[in-house]
Amino acid sequence: MGLFFHIGRYASFIRSVMRRPEKGSVFRRLLLEEMNAIGLQSLGIVALLSVFMGAVICIQTAHQIGGWIPVYTIGFTVRQTMILEFSPTLIPVILAGKVGSNIASQLGTMRVTEQIDALEIMGVNSAGYLVLPKMIAALTTIPFLVILSMVLGIGAGMWVGVSTGVSSAADFEYGMQIDFNAFDVTYAILKTCVFALIISSVSAYHGYFTSGGALEVGRSSTKAVVYAVVIVMVANLLLTQMLLG
Amino acid sequence: MIEIHNISKSFGDQTVLREVSAKFLPGKVNFIIGRSGSGKSVLTKCTVGLLEPDQGHVSYDGRNFTELDRRGRKAVRQEIGMLFQGSALFDSMTVAENVMFPLRMFSESSDAEMRDRVTFCLERVELGHAADKFPSELSGGMQKRVGIARAIAMNPKYLFCDEPNSGLDPQTAIVIDNLIGDLTREFNMTTVVVSHDMNSVMEASDFIHFVHQGQIAWNGPTSDLLAADNEALNGFIFASKIMRELRNSLS
Repeated sequence: MGLFFHIGRYASFIRSVMRRPEKGSVFRRLLLEEMNAIGLQSLGIVALLSVFMGAVICIQTAHQIGGWIPVYTIGFTVRQTMILEFSPTLIPVILAGKVGSNIASQLGTMRVTEQIDALEIMGVNSAGYLVLPKMIAALTTIPFLVILSMVLGIGAGMWVGVSTGVSSAADFEYGMQIDFNAFDVTYAILKTCVFALIISSVSAYHGYFTSGGALEVGRSSTKAVVYAVVIVMVANLLLTQMLLG
Repeated sequence: MIEIHNISKSFGDQTVLREVSAKFLPGKVNFIIGRSGSGKSVLTKCTVGLLEPDQGHVSYDGRNFTELDRRGRKAVRQEIGMLFQGSALFDSMTVAENVMFPLRMFSESSDAEMRDRVTFCLERVELGHAADKFPSELSGGMQKRVGIARAIAMNPKYLFCDEPNSGLDPQTAIVIDNLIGDLTREFNMTTVVVSHDMNSVMEASDFIHFVHQGQIAWNGPTSDLLAADNEALNGFIFASKIMRELRNSLS
């Protein structure tokens, strides 16, 4: 019963969010602010994680291959892991923690301090005003972060591989290029877009419908991250089966 | 004039409002008073549309607000200003940006005209000097005054104030009370104040609705309040020692 209640309320919430913004100039300003908050301010963490993950994948792969398995497999594995799973799935999961909890706590605080009621009383569509810029900002910036993550991860893998001597630059480059399917990148970007919408809307939903006080804001923030991650994982399975299965 | 017709509201098994009817007079400060949990906040939320009543309707100068569609409600809401209990100022904006917010969203005025209006509203609440401060840098009383400035920015016909004096010292509370009264008369607004503060009631009210157990148990002009023959109302008014002494000195 609770599940159906939440699905219905989420659908109704998204319908309110998708209404035309009251004023284009205000919407554009908010969108730029959100792109900065969600995208630019996540650059550091995404870059850091991607570099280390690419480097670790390289070392782990090098550790496991030997004998008849060619060295260029290192470059191949780093590329495939970064493009297919690490960048498009784990980066959004990490962003669900960073961005999702921020969105939920911001909206939750606005709810319990009656700022959302104040918007409604003024005649502002509060869901649209507060959430639509976040969703569009997530949809436009997270795919760029994921592409950046792929590039940095693969680059770091190559640098570590060459500098530690487990692979030559030529072998790594050959592995990076072998059996490359451009659809893998399309698949990664497509699922990233879906995850971006899930993270932003699920977090916003939990924050927007917070009731109570500071304790509930914290609970909403936690719930937002947990639900966003679970839904991202389920969507990941479904999308992978649909697009690659 | 705001008219409430037979409004009922329940939450699960708990009935909070039972067929409440009331009229809020234009150009007057109309108080809704009552004990905590009596239903006065729910009544106000139903009146402004933050809650949907289970039955009954609210009309603003003859417009049936409850039956209006989204666009119709939006039009009425642009004629409403509201001061919230916690001020509900937007944390990320300065005082001036808070006051300018409704103008930016709905006014077609130029930037210069909007700035003039913001200056006027802030000076009207004697906060012209605080325009560039953030809400977190202001005292509770100052935040309430900014809330009032934002509420009057669009020159509303209806002003709602939810517990405007909660958390304020008596002197600051009187400043807020007087400000609400002065602005009501100055702009001929229909003002509705929710309060359980008897000092505030005696200071600022013109007309009073007493809510008890989800119903309007008494209403009348403030001048009739102390002589009212209503047990629940008298229990509420004379709960404090100072009011009992006032009654004794009057009698």
